[in-house]
Amino acid sequence: MAAHSAVQKRKRNVSILGEVYAILVYAILYIPVVVMMIFSFNNQRYNYYWSGFTTQWYAKLFSNSTLIGSLWYSLIIAVLSTVISVLIGTLGALGLKRYEFRGKRFINNMLYVPIIVPEIVLAVALLIIFMRLGLSLGLGSILIGHCTFCIPYAVVTIRGRISGDGDSLEEASMDLGANRLQTFLRVTLPSIMPGVMSATFLSFTLSIDDVIMSNLLAGAKNSTLPVLILSMNKSGVTPDVNALTTLMILVIVAGMLLNSGIRALIKKRSSRAEAL
Amino acid sequence: MSESIVSLIDVEKRFGSNLVVRKMSLEIQRGEFLTLLGPSGCGKTTTLRMIAGFEDATSGIIKVQGEQVEDKEPYQRDVNTVFQNYSLFPHMTVYDNVAYGLTIKKVPKEEIRRRVTEMLALVQLAGYDKRKPDALSGGQKQRVAIARALINNPKVLLLDEPLGALDLKLRKQMQIELKRLQKKLGITFVYVTHDQEEALTMSDRIAVMNAGILEQVGTPMEIYQYPKTRFVAGFIGESNLFDGTVKAVEGNLIQVETSAGLLTTCGQGFQPGEEMHVSIRPEHLEISREPAEGFALPGKIKDFTYMGTMVKTALDMADGSELKFSRFEHDSRLREGDPVYVFWRPEKSVPIKKSAT
Repeated sequence: MAAHSAVQKRKRNVSILGEVYAILVYAILYIPVVVMMIFSFNNQRYNYYWSGFTTQWYAKLFSNSTLIGSLWYSLIIAVLSTVISVLIGTLGALGLKRYEFRGKRFINNMLYVPIIVPEIVLAVALLIIFMRLGLSLGLGSILIGHCTFCIPYAVVTIRGRISGDGDSLEEASMDLGANRLQTFLRVTLPSIMPGVMSATFLSFTLSIDDVIMSNLLAGAKNSTLPVLILSMNKSGVTPDVNALTTLMILVIVAGMLLNSGIRALIKKRSSRAEAL
Repeated sequence: MSESIVSLIDVEKRFGSNLVVRKMSLEIQRGEFLTLLGPSGCGKTTTLRMIAGFEDATSGIIKVQGEQVEDKEPYQRDVNTVFQNYSLFPHMTVYDNVAYGLTIKKVPKEEIRRRVTEMLALVQLAGYDKRKPDALSGGQKQRVAIARALINNPKVLLLDEPLGALDLKLRKQMQIELKRLQKKLGITFVYVTHDQEEALTMSDRIAVMNAGILEQVGTPMEIYQYPKTRFVAGFIGESNLFDGTVKAVEGNLIQVETSAGLLTTCGQGFQPGEEMHVSIRPEHLEISREPAEGFALPGKIKDFTYMGTMVKTALDMADGSELKFSRFEHDSRLREGDPVYVFWRPEKSVPIKKSAT
């Protein structure tokens, strides 16, 4: 009995310690973000001390055409490279999982190279190739750069979702009269959809967040948002950047809440259907 | 009336250097329940998959309703399959699974609703239409798979060990239901199993396969009573098998010299000096204290096994082989270790030609 309660006591101590630890970790992760968001309403130019509430930076942000322009540029690149990477990644994952062909193992191993190799190496390599080929730097070169590291992530993420018995599901579909395209759209794609969604989010995040490729392969004209912010760092980041990132975080948080809300709704509905 | 709906003509299937199905020819009649029976790896599932169109035959001709189908995709063939692992679409409800074939064919929604409801009632799953496959038991999944295939009114339904994953009691019940369903609908069933008991109870005809070769095709009774090859005799039910050489032929009676001793069987077309096999069921074996005429098979009683209604006796023979002998009642005069002579009524045994291979 005594030993029992001692164990319980220790367990309780551990759990309190664990809670404190978890709170600390989250605090360290999120306090800077919160501080940054607060300073987006700071009534002065520098992010050092608080001098009063204002929304002027939000107004300023929308008139800052360089900042807004680079945001659009980043978004366009992120959307395009995500679409391209997920398309190629889906087909690649299916091919690598379903079919046997010569060099399959080689391709499987080579897949991890762009993930492991430091991005700067890849970026320099691409830069050299583009110069050699005489290609002008810009949107196209950044897109190619982003795709080189997004595609492997997409393939790996989607491949994990392709189940071993997918083959027989496709056979069942064709047996029931569906041709290959109908089978892909109605059976294969829905079954790997969670993987495709993960790959989409991952590719988008990797692309919009990227600095090294975007910087080296950008050319003279436009730069993406992270590159622009980084260059502003020399003269000090202005609070309109705070305002912009605050808005971005709000959009992301809203998106996540919406996503989990939809999931909960679907779960509720399907469990109600099962109960019937 | 006997009109073949599926024809296999000299069909062969090779995986690399591995010949999985050899020169197989088989006519499947309209409306029959035909079982492809054999041990695992005998090529029965491959044969089924060639009919369905999932595997291409390496050579030979496959016809469905008189039409060659080798170059047709699975979705162009008038056959449907019930898969061993059910292969239900996990992201669809039971209703959508069953409706799949009709949806693809763009049948009007109202008709789909009517036919799915009808089909679910037929397989006793009315009211389950909104469930996902995950929320079903093994037996229920199997019924959905059957409904999903049958709703397309296939000319032939192919079933690949459909009851393999079910427990014994449920399997027995589903065997009866499947057979009833087949009779009611009049659809040709081609059923693959390795379970000989299942094959014997359900089939109109059984095609026994071994190592890619079609050994024998016949009614369950023919297969059981008159096995044509040594493999069939050993695979279907329990049997005692002898390998020997014909010593003498007298009318129908054939005397055979085996390593266990001399025996007599009954049949035609055997020549003295010819090698052959003889099969005798345990229930047809007889034993006595004295050798019977035409037999010299001395042995010793090894042990008894009580099986409820049956008593099985194992006999040790002179050449070290073991014979099985079974009776409904135990003969109390017999003791373990007793020397006995084995014989049988020659017409109860089955003479089997030694096969060329």
